[in-house]
Amino acid sequence: MSSIGSGYDLSAGQFSPDGRVFQVEYALKAVENSGSVIAIRGCDGVVFGVEKIITSKLYEEGSNRRVYSIDNHIGAAVAGLLSDARAAVNRARDEAANFRDTYQVPIPLKTLCERLGHYMHYFTVYGSLRPFGVSILLGTWDEVNGPKLMEIDPAGSTRGYYGCAVGKGRQNAKTEIEKLEMSKMSCRELVKEVAKVIYSVHDEVKDKHFELELSWIGKDTNGRHELVPKDIFEEAKKYAEEALNDSDDEDTDM
Amino acid sequence: MAGLFSNNLHVPKNVDMKDRVADFWRTDAETDPIKHTLRPIVTGTSVLGVKCVDGVVIAADTLGSYGSLARFRDVQRLMKVNDSVLIGGFGDYADFQHIMKLLNQHSIDDAVIGDGVYRDAPSIHNWMRCVLYNRRSKFNPLWNTIIVAGKTYSGEPYLGYVDKIGVSFEDKSVATGFGSYIAQPMMRRALEENPNMTCAQARVLMARCLKVLFYRDCRALNRFQIGTVTSDGCEISEPMSTDTDWSIGANPSGYE
Repeated sequence: MSSIGSGYDLSAGQFSPDGRVFQVEYALKAVENSGSVIAIRGCDGVVFGVEKIITSKLYEEGSNRRVYSIDNHIGAAVAGLLSDARAAVNRARDEAANFRDTYQVPIPLKTLCERLGHYMHYFTVYGSLRPFGVSILLGTWDEVNGPKLMEIDPAGSTRGYYGCAVGKGRQNAKTEIEKLEMSKMSCRELVKEVAKVIYSVHDEVKDKHFELELSWIGKDTNGRHELVPKDIFEEAKKYAEEALNDSDDEDTDM
Repeated sequence: MAGLFSNNLHVPKNVDMKDRVADFWRTDAETDPIKHTLRPIVTGTSVLGVKCVDGVVIAADTLGSYGSLARFRDVQRLMKVNDSVLIGGFGDYADFQHIMKLLNQHSIDDAVIGDGVYRDAPSIHNWMRCVLYNRRSKFNPLWNTIIVAGKTYSGEPYLGYVDKIGVSFEDKSVATGFGSYIAQPMMRRALEENPNMTCAQARVLMARCLKVLFYRDCRALNRFQIGTVTSDGCEISEPMSTDTDWSIGANPSGYE
């Protein structure tokens, strides 16, 4: 599956004979090894869900945030090297503040993604730098244009999605997401589905404990990106846990 | 005396002697290649503020004067910074818009951190003082007096004043411009008679003070907004007016 670079993988400034930039591919590996992150674009907003794998018993609940706000109206969920993620998010915030200062309107999602993608791409062409080991899912909602969801990968390329998954359980998550009729579902419904997908792709054997982080942006939040409120979060978590138990019961019945 | 000392030694001056002679009596601010604020252009008049037991009330009219012309009559001079701070701006309106833009970015920066903590009124007041004093020290002031009204982190009401020259203080009642001559005595007497004023009473007081200011201040307008900060949050009212009685102006003694 993964071929050894054998000499063509020492810097991002080199192609391999078969036309691959190995450093970028290795950066993608860093993303693949991180906890799952999914985002779904519904009819009136975007919901983000993160599987935060807990490695220590001393971990403080609610810390180590994986979803960030870029300006008030854009949410970003990150997967990969979290320190690289912070650097990218800070750059995105600067871009958003700068755009607002110049044009006196909030930055459109596509513009922000292009700028951030351009910035991340910069680190993939020079031998003296390494690429960002993060994939960022960005989402927004406004009255005029409705919801939008985009993904930026370590290569700096941006794509728009209705539903997106990155990280460990992305294959399974994508299968689950494809089953949903997202364009007809509201954020309130999607919050529960996102929690359910995260719980179902979580690997109990490899990573014992995880914390679920849910955030949303849409009509219900008036276009502000926020963490899902406690009561809705608990409701979603319960739904996800019950769905998991139901599927476990099905297995034992057999 | 203009021309005899320079506040900016490192800027190359135009060496043409003819020009230099003509410029001799002008200030450095006028002749420097880097321009400095010389005078305000579109201005707002008085901003008033009163601290109450249950919050703070500030008020300002909605006029942007262009010298003696009452040019822009629907101007917002009160701004909500966040749920615990309001500011009012007196003086140059373009400079106030710049300050509003900076404060708006502060609110966004506070919001994205996502820990629910926002800069409170004393913090904004101090930041405002730093900015205004710094600009005045560079001889390029933001030509404003800013009233900062709001709550401290512990919920206490707070009312502050910062000047274009960096003068900054807190008080139970504050006013800028004409207001400090006409409205301030009215507000002080009202607070003396009723030290435990509530926000509702303060709003009535503001309307009365603004009415007197409209009678006496040539750069005032009878259309104003009142902003209130309480434990429930901040709100700025819709523009309103008071009834005025100009009949006493019909026969002033000495002008028959």
